[in-house]
Amino acid sequence: MGGTGKLLDVRDIRVTFRSSDGPPARAVEGVSFALDAGETLAIVGESGCGKSVTGLALMRLIPSPPGIIETGQAILEGTDLLTLPEHQMRDIRGGKIAMIFQEPMTSLNPVFKVGHQIAEAIHVHQDISKEDARTRVIDLLGRVQIPSPAERFESYPHQLSGGMRQRVMIAMALACNSRVLIADEPTTALDVTIQAQILELLEGLRDQTGMGLILITHDLAVVAGTANRVAVMYAGRIVEQSPVAELFAKPLHPYTRGLLKSIPSRNVGQAKLPVIPGTVPEASNKPAACHFHPRCPYARDICRQEVPELRKLSPGRLTRCWALGDWLDEE
Amino acid sequence: MTESKLQTADKPSRTPFQESWRILRRNRLAMAGMVFFIAFFLLALAGVIVTQEWDLRRGAVMDPTTIRLADKLKPPMTRCSESDVPATDRPLFGVYLLGTDSLGRDVLSRMLQGAWVSLTVGFVAVGLSVAIGIFLGGLAGYFGRWVDTIIMRFVDIMLCIPRFFLILTVLALWGGGIFKIMLVVGITSWMGTTRFVRAEFLSLRRQDFVTAARALGLSDLRIIFRHMLPNALAPVLVSATIGIAGTILLEAGLSFLGFGVPEPHATWGKILDDGRKYLFDAPWLTFTPGFAILIVVLSFNLFGEGLRDAFNPKLRERGA
Repeated sequence: MGGTGKLLDVRDIRVTFRSSDGPPARAVEGVSFALDAGETLAIVGESGCGKSVTGLALMRLIPSPPGIIETGQAILEGTDLLTLPEHQMRDIRGGKIAMIFQEPMTSLNPVFKVGHQIAEAIHVHQDISKEDARTRVIDLLGRVQIPSPAERFESYPHQLSGGMRQRVMIAMALACNSRVLIADEPTTALDVTIQAQILELLEGLRDQTGMGLILITHDLAVVAGTANRVAVMYAGRIVEQSPVAELFAKPLHPYTRGLLKSIPSRNVGQAKLPVIPGTVPEASNKPAACHFHPRCPYARDICRQEVPELRKLSPGRLTRCWALGDWLDEE
Repeated sequence: MTESKLQTADKPSRTPFQESWRILRRNRLAMAGMVFFIAFFLLALAGVIVTQEWDLRRGAVMDPTTIRLADKLKPPMTRCSESDVPATDRPLFGVYLLGTDSLGRDVLSRMLQGAWVSLTVGFVAVGLSVAIGIFLGGLAGYFGRWVDTIIMRFVDIMLCIPRFFLILTVLALWGGGIFKIMLVVGITSWMGTTRFVRAEFLSLRRQDFVTAARALGLSDLRIIFRHMLPNALAPVLVSATIGIAGTILLEAGLSFLGFGVPEPHATWGKILDDGRKYLFDAPWLTFTPGFAILIVVLSFNLFGEGLRDAFNPKLRERGA
């Protein structure tokens, strides 16, 4: 992990949604991370903490207005995605960087055959004959393990199950050999057995193609099984970054600890599931300083006054908390 | 990988089109409308064939311009008076099926010629207005913001102008003619479609497949016209069907007022106008075109409303 030749280097992205009534919503406040080729980075957090917005910002697909990317860089193989003119960005989207979404039910156009939708993704980026594109699509459908791909080419989205549709979405994302794939909650809408298949598929494809995978999820079980590294987000900031094994072994940030504690275990008989008290603050109305302090069992005065920096504790481990090391472990 | 566990049990479900067709088929009025719709189309097509002068020496099979003063104002089903009318001028089978007008012209052949005019005026004018409406509505709904504001305020302005009088003015200044009528009607009737399409696009724009299409790097125009438009077409189709009925009526009204297609070409409105003077002596002259207009407009409206019900997902749930 780490290494020098980073595939994607994201620095200090800030996304704000302006609103005509009320203060602007600062959805993402200075998110930075790096991604290596062949690596899976999971971005974890509760709903509304800015995970998906971060993903959309990398694709430059933030609905604008009201959203704007205020600052930041996202350097993919030497080009900053955030300053590219729109027509060049269009070539990058679906070409070098692709994204799949949570709802496979609605992410496909209901009026076209799935094969044509994948073929279109190829035609947009490559000058290729119809027959060649068709061969490529059938090959892709096979690679995402859709049975009888030649027949499925002719299927309409409503004739496929949710898992099949998500496979089609993955095939579309892979159509032009993307270097980075952003998967925004790719398995949330699927049932558990299909979830495992899709994650396995993504992992296998990542290893085959050497692409970098950004897995946005709120499901820590998905993280544990798939990711190499984890970035935990809370209210628009990354509060902890860590290799996956170390995060589960010894979480550093109080929020991460809370998340890990609230995973339902299979031990029946445990009376009540521990929860983190309170809810994620609205993006337009966040507590000052450390956004987590109202829900934090360890909060002290300094947490209410100053924003903690994201500090490096050991190679690959970063945390944004005043408490690290000192009073956190005493308790 | 666990290939054996792959889901293959996919539903053999119907396409949305098949589903709509199933509902439409159960709506008897709409089906009747559709049958008349098709019959009218075929009749107009037959009309243009039999009333055209394909061969100068033989003339048309049924010439709508032949004047037979001896046989003027004959009621329907009258036999042609063979002693007074030369053999070349006689109607098909020697019978005036729908009677003759004040110049002894065969009403049936004039009706057939007029059907084609009504049909083309309806389709071309509505086609033009739908094309403009889809284009402007699509842009307004997809881009929003100032594009939307400009287009929709322009729609408001256009709606302020009384259409019929605008058309009368234009035709009075530039003269009549079938193509001018199509053009003017088309250019003055796209506002409804624009609003429909814009409303559809506003809701489609937020859907995941549009974001997914953008994430694939598709251009805006491609997303608008290839991906969103087919999903927004149902209400357009409905309003177009009803629009055709309105246009046929409008063209008949213009012809009735003498602003329509110039002589000697027959249209239903003009036959109606000619017959007005003989309302009591020769009621078939007004009854025939009036009834034809009624049937055609009614069947288009019924068909259009049936389509609207068939495309409406709420009714679909109840029906299924």
